[in-house]
Amino acid sequence: MKVLIISTCTEKLHEAEFVRPIEDIIKGECTTKHYSEVDLDVASGFEKVIICGTSLQDHKFIEDIKMFNWLKDFGGSVLGICAGMHVLGLVFGDKLRNKKEIGYYREKMSGSFLGLEENNDEGEYEVWHLHNSWVDFNECNWNVFMRSSDSSKIPEAVKHKQKEFYGVLFHPEVRQKGMIKEFIAL
Amino acid sequence: MKLGVLFSGGKDSAYAALLAKRAGHSLSCFLSIQSKNENSFMFHTPAIELTKKQAGLCGVPFLLRETEGRKELELMDLEELIKDAIKRYKIEGIVTGAVESVYQASRIQEICNNLGIECFNPLWQMDQWELLDKLIKEGFDIIIVGVFAYPFDDKMIGRKIDKSFLDELRVVHKKLGINPAGEGGEFESLVVNCPLFSKELSIKEIKAVGEGHSWRGEVLLG
Repeated sequence: MKVLIISTCTEKLHEAEFVRPIEDIIKGECTTKHYSEVDLDVASGFEKVIICGTSLQDHKFIEDIKMFNWLKDFGGSVLGICAGMHVLGLVFGDKLRNKKEIGYYREKMSGSFLGLEENNDEGEYEVWHLHNSWVDFNECNWNVFMRSSDSSKIPEAVKHKQKEFYGVLFHPEVRQKGMIKEFIAL
Repeated sequence: MKLGVLFSGGKDSAYAALLAKRAGHSLSCFLSIQSKNENSFMFHTPAIELTKKQAGLCGVPFLLRETEGRKELELMDLEELIKDAIKRYKIEGIVTGAVESVYQASRIQEICNNLGIECFNPLWQMDQWELLDKLIKEGFDIIIVGVFAYPFDDKMIGRKIDKSFLDELRVVHKKLGINPAGEGGEFESLVVNCPLFSKELSIKEIKAVGEGHSWRGEVLLG
């Protein structure tokens, strides 16, 4: 299994918080690169790609969103986490919105999504949020498996209708590590 | 980037500071909160003279603020302390030693976000045994200065965190599920020496004070 982990962090030190925990879960079966080093040729050498999150104050990846256009032609599987989910939506033309969520939230699933089930024992999952914005995913292209439980109903877990592209607004490396293992096992 | 470190004098904040320095950042100041509440939700209650001495050994300015230690008020005190650090040292971010503590991490993230500065948590989600192993390999000289859970007792006070300590901790962890990082408040550590220090913290005496399974070490500097 060849997995490419993509960092969206401007500051290298942030990778210890947003990239290293993902590497620890996958346990060495991966290569890590910053998004500035990745194009379609590089990504095509991997079956799976995980695009990691970054800090609340780091928006450089949004300014550089064109550098992710290779995703439109990528045939492998992708998991976008927080910033990575933003990337998936923005590359496909969806709109950026503002809403701050920091800390643990309890959210419900609708359907099965990378090991998370609608009918789990407690009926909801505890997820770690750390974002100032979100992307309004167009349901013509994306299935939505989780929405925030408050009135905003923002999409928090999505899958592209044609591609094996998954996006989560929360950080599964905190509390939902099994989700990353499920993605790797696809 | 100029960074302030939330520094308790214990192993995690010291290691986080070292990683920040190694990543090329400038450690502009250490920030400590002294809580009058021994059961503070946010802060360990380090002996401030020790923390101040440690900062001196690192050659880093030290900023202190006292808090009554009431749940949300202490967050306001922390925010004021960080504002002071921004004003005096022009820091652009905060470094913490948070590993698993979501209560601390979410609140510090919130404060930094509101102030428009970065928040770095380089130990976040690190395997806690791996963390302890790394500290030993990196040459950290760490002692236990507080225990607050069964089966620990006064014999633990002053004990060095080394391989034999880890072996014993593994047995206790397997039996009772004690958090090996001590982040759940099971024990508190003090860094006596580490790669950031110009020399070892000179300790003359450690007196264990407490009862049952709750003990603190009163450290007298040499």
